[in-house]
Amino acid sequence: MKTDIILAGVGGQGILSIASIIGDAAINENLFLKQAETHGMSQRGGAVQSHLRISDSEIAADLIPMGKADLILSVEPMEALRYLPFLSPEGYVVTNTTPFVNIPNYPDVDAVLAEIKKQPRFVAIDADKIAAEIGNKRASNVVMLGAATPFLNIEPEKIEAGIAHIFSRKGEAVVEMNRKAFKAGLDFAMANK
Amino acid sequence: MQKNLFLGVEAIGQGAIDGGISGVYAYPGTPSTEITEFIQESEQAVEKGIRSKWSANEKTAYEAALGMSYAGKRCMVCMKHVGLNVAADAFINSAITGINGGMVLTVADDPSMHSSQNEQDSRFYGKFAMIPILEPSNQQEAYDMVREGFELSEKLEVPVMVRITTRLAHSRAGVIRSEVLAENDMVLPSDPSQFVLLPAIARRRYKGLLEKQELFEKTAKKSKYNTYTKGEDKSFGIIACGIAYNYLKENYPKDDCPYTILKLSQYPVPQKFLDKMAKHCEEVLVLEEGYPVVEEHIKAVFKKDIQVSGRLSGALPRDGELNADLVGKALGKETQLGADVPELVVNRPPALCQGCGHQDMYKSLNEALDKYTKGRVFSDIGCYTLGALPPYKSIYSCVDMGASVTMAKGAADAGLIPAVAVIGDSTFTHSGITGLLDAVNDEANIIVVISDNESVSMTGGQESSALGKIESICTGVGVDPNHIRVLTPLKKYHDLMVETFEEEIAYEGVSVIVFRRECIQAAAKRLRKEKKMKDNPTK
Ligand code: SF4
Repeated sequence: MKTDIILAGVGGQGILSIASIIGDAAINENLFLKQAETHGMSQRGGAVQSHLRISDSEIAADLIPMGKADLILSVEPMEALRYLPFLSPEGYVVTNTTPFVNIPNYPDVDAVLAEIKKQPRFVAIDADKIAAEIGNKRASNVVMLGAATPFLNIEPEKIEAGIAHIFSRKGEAVVEMNRKAFKAGLDFAMANK
Repeated sequence: MQKNLFLGVEAIGQGAIDGGISGVYAYPGTPSTEITEFIQESEQAVEKGIRSKWSANEKTAYEAALGMSYAGKRCMVCMKHVGLNVAADAFINSAITGINGGMVLTVADDPSMHSSQNEQDSRFYGKFAMIPILEPSNQQEAYDMVREGFELSEKLEVPVMVRITTRLAHSRAGVIRSEVLAENDMVLPSDPSQFVLLPAIARRRYKGLLEKQELFEKTAKKSKYNTYTKGEDKSFGIIACGIAYNYLKENYPKDDCPYTILKLSQYPVPQKFLDKMAKHCEEVLVLEEGYPVVEEHIKAVFKKDIQVSGRLSGALPRDGELNADLVGKALGKETQLGADVPELVVNRPPALCQGCGHQDMYKSLNEALDKYTKGRVFSDIGCYTLGALPPYKSIYSCVDMGASVTMAKGAADAGLIPAVAVIGDSTFTHSGITGLLDAVNDEANIIVVISDNESVSMTGGQESSALGKIESICTGVGVDPNHIRVLTPLKKYHDLMVETFEEEIAYEGVSVIVFRRECIQAAAKRLRKEKKMKDNPTK
C-alpha cells in the first residue's frame, strides 16, 4: 500500500505543519515515509509544494513521478491546478476554495473553481469559512487536513491523536478547537467526495 | 530500532554530532543552512559544548575548521556549492596540508537553481583538490557517511567531502542513529611542518597527495557505499551516482532491473569497476546529479569500445535536477502524464514581504535616480535581490557575494556616475568590506547602500555578523564619517531618504547610506522566542 500526496500552497501558508502531522501519524504506524519540501527563495510568497510519500514498503525517490499522485491537497484553489500533471487518473484533488491573492493577475476565482470541478474526483471546501465558524481562522489548515484524511490510508483516529499530541502544549482549549476543525473537514469530505 | 524523521540536512547535523565533532563552521546558504541550525538547536550539542556559531563567510569558516583539525579535534564545515568558491583557496590547499583531527566538508549543490545563481557541481572541486568524495543516495547514508567520514578522513589524512544536492537536503525520511562517538583529545600534529606550505614543503606534500590517489581509489573500491551488481542482460550497464540511484530504483520497484548496476557513492571512481563493466556491457548509461563528471571520465576510459550515454549524449538533459521520470525516459520507459495545467494558472513569483524595509529603500532610490539613465545600480545576494523584479526594477546585477561594491566601483572608474551599490548587512561583512576598502583607497565616486535588516533573512533569519558594527566598520575602513548616513526606511521618511540620496550623489567620493530596520519576519521570530522564554523560562 502506498499513498503519494502533493501538498500545495503559497509560501507562509503553513503546508509544512499539515505534512508534519501526517508524517507523525505515519511514523507511529511504522510506515515508511519520504517528504520533500521547498525551502529558500521561493518561500517569499511564491508557490510552494511538498511531496509526501507514505508506504508499507521502502520508498526510493523523494519526489513523486508524473501521473502517480493519489492526492493533491491544496490550501488554495489555483495552486491545486498547478500540479495536475502529477495526479494519477484515479487520484483526488482536495482543495480549499478561498483564494490567496498576492499577485495582481490572479485569475477569476469562479473560473478557477470551474476548472477544479472539471476534475473527475475532487473535494472543494471553504476551509477558511468553516474555521471561522469554529472560532479560529488559523485552524483552516487543520480543516484541510480533515478533508484529506479519507484519502490517506491512515485511520482518522491516528491523525486525530497526532493533532492532540502536537497542540497539547497550547492547552486543552486549543486541542479541542483543532479537533473540531479536523472533524468538520473530515465530515465535509465524507459527504462530498 | 527507533527511527528519527530527519531532513537530509538534519541527518547530516546529527551524523556530525554522533561522529564526535567538537565544532561546526558555516555561513548560511540554501540548501545547506539547516545543518548548522540543527546543531545549534540540538540539546545534545549544547551539552557537549560543540562550537556552532555562524562565521563571517565560507573562507573564514573553512580556515577555522582547519585550525580545529590542526589541534587534533574533529570538525565539520558546511556551505552551499557557490560558497565553496569563496573558500576555494583554503579548500584546495587543505588537501595538501592534510588534516590532523578528522575533517568533513559538507557541500550542498543546487541543480535546477532553486535558490542559486548557478548549478556548479562540487564533485569537480573534490576532484580538483584530489580528495575523496562521499555522495549519499538517501538520508540514512547521509547520516552514516558523515558520522564515519571523520574516521575516513583521519585514516586517509585528508579532508573528506560529503556532497549532497537540494532534493536530499530538503527531504525527510526515517533515519536510524548509531552509537555516539567520543570527541578527540587535543593533540598537535606529529609533523607540524605539514601545515606550512612554503614551496619546498608544499612540493613534498603535493607529491604525497599524488601518491595517495591509489589508496583513495582502493578505499572507494572497498567502500560499502559502492556496489556492483551484475545483470543478466549484457547490452546495458548503468552507473548511478548518489541520489540518482533512487531514481533508478523508483523505475524498478520490484528490484528487477535486468542490467548491470554500479551504485557509485564514494569517489574517486574505482577503475576496477569500470574494467568489469567493460567486460559485461555493450553500452553504459551514467545517471548523475549535476555536471557530467563521471560521464566525461568514463568516456575517456572506454574510448570507442563501449558506447557511453548520459547528460552529454542527450539521453538526459544537460542541465537541471534529475528525477524518476527523466531517468525512466533514458531507460526507454514510458511516463504517464496526468492532466495538463489549465491555461488560467499563472506564475506566482517570490516577492518582498508586505511592509519590508527594502521596499521603502527602493522607492526612494528609484525616485532619486529618476533623472539619470537606467542601469546604475549594482546589487548582491539577499532578499533585496528581488528589487530586480517588478514593481521596483531597481537593480541590474547580482553576481556573487560582495560584487555590488566592487562592480559599482569598476563602473564608476569607467565614468558611470552616479554608480550605486546595494548590499545587505550580512553580505557586507561576508565580502563587502574588502571591496569598500578598495573604493576608499582609490577615492572612487560611489554610493554604497547597506540595506540593514539586522538578520540574514533570505536563509531564514540567522544572526548577522554585522549586527551593531556597520558604522564602525565603515569608519575603520576609512569612509569619511560625514558621508556615513543612517536612515530608517519608513514611508514617513520618504522625502528625507530621497534628499539624502541627492546629497550623497552630489558628493564626490565614497558615501555609505545605511537603511536600518529589522526584517519583519526576523522580528516576528524573535518575539515568538521571547514570549516562549517568558512563558517557560526553564526551557
Ligand atoms: S524576509 Fe525580511 S528582509 Fe526578506 S523580504 Fe521579508 S521582511 Fe524583507
